[in-house]
Amino acid sequence: MNKKILVVLPHPDDESFGLSGTLAKHVQDGDRITYACLTLGEMGRNMGNPPFASRVTLPAVRKLELEESCRAIGIQDLRLLGFRDKTIEFEEEELLDGRIGELLEELRPSVVYTFYPGYAVHPDHDACGEAVVRTVGRLPRESRPPVRCMAFARDHEDAIGKPDVVHDVREFLKPKLASIRAHRSQFNVPGIDSDKAYKSRELQERFGTERFWTYRFDR
Amino acid sequence: MQLIDTADVQRRIDALRDRDLYVHLEMTSGAYTAYYDSTKHPAANFITNAVVRFSHGGISGSGPYRVGLKMENGWIYTEGLTHYEGTETDRLIMAGHDTQGKLIVSLQLSPEPF
Repeated sequence: MNKKILVVLPHPDDESFGLSGTLAKHVQDGDRITYACLTLGEMGRNMGNPPFASRVTLPAVRKLELEESCRAIGIQDLRLLGFRDKTIEFEEEELLDGRIGELLEELRPSVVYTFYPGYAVHPDHDACGEAVVRTVGRLPRESRPPVRCMAFARDHEDAIGKPDVVHDVREFLKPKLASIRAHRSQFNVPGIDSDKAYKSRELQERFGTERFWTYRFDR
Repeated sequence: MQLIDTADVQRRIDALRDRDLYVHLEMTSGAYTAYYDSTKHPAANFITNAVVRFSHGGISGSGPYRVGLKMENGWIYTEGLTHYEGTETDRLIMAGHDTQGKLIVSLQLSPEPF
């Protein structure tokens, strides 16, 4: 109860498919969530279809979408860290780790959510996860919060095994679908627009499970 | 041109930090792309001999490679690099060629204009 949760992800919308149901459950449990979003996804190629954003307006559009997604999930504290999309792997490590370290110091979270380094497909995802585990790994062993990672690279289970944390989030499909809908410049998922969509058996099947690997620092 | 050796390219990137450089940055899908396949969208761009200065940069990936260069007010970024010119002394010439050898992308930096 009333735990502090830290989420570190590089792009607006990274929370939606793999994590939003879990976060909505944390909110229901009375936990306080801080979501540090590294960039505004300003280099994204999707701008709506037909496009309603441009390369110039996309950051502002995606910021509003992210805020709407956070409201839908119930996230209380959104931090925009101001890094640039696509550059996380090239960013100065001291700068990146420093910002994440400040958040760990300030919040002392019980759990941290991020991407599994090396198994999260997009270079920004991998670099974000790397920075988080690098920074958490510098804390004394006894004060390290568990880092729960999302992985979806091809054949990832061959390398890192089965997820050790699996959440049934069917009960939280309403906020989850609202989070997905909020990112309207990025996603166009058929059949989720209706108010009753969360009751759909098919959508419960498709979006009702969220999987995490607790990072093992001793590996 | 030879296949990229990331350690050598990284050394060359580091050697070009904090100085004014001329950049050539290019990407092209090929002028005949839509002619050969009407579902493809032809596009290309280049900028040549713009003056840039970066403070920090790197090469990453497992091939094709990505390069990112951090400037005071922005970034230079390229994805899809496969080759570089190892015989150059002052310049860094990199390109990405597809399986047919065609150039898709290039990033070149030089103290003198191209």
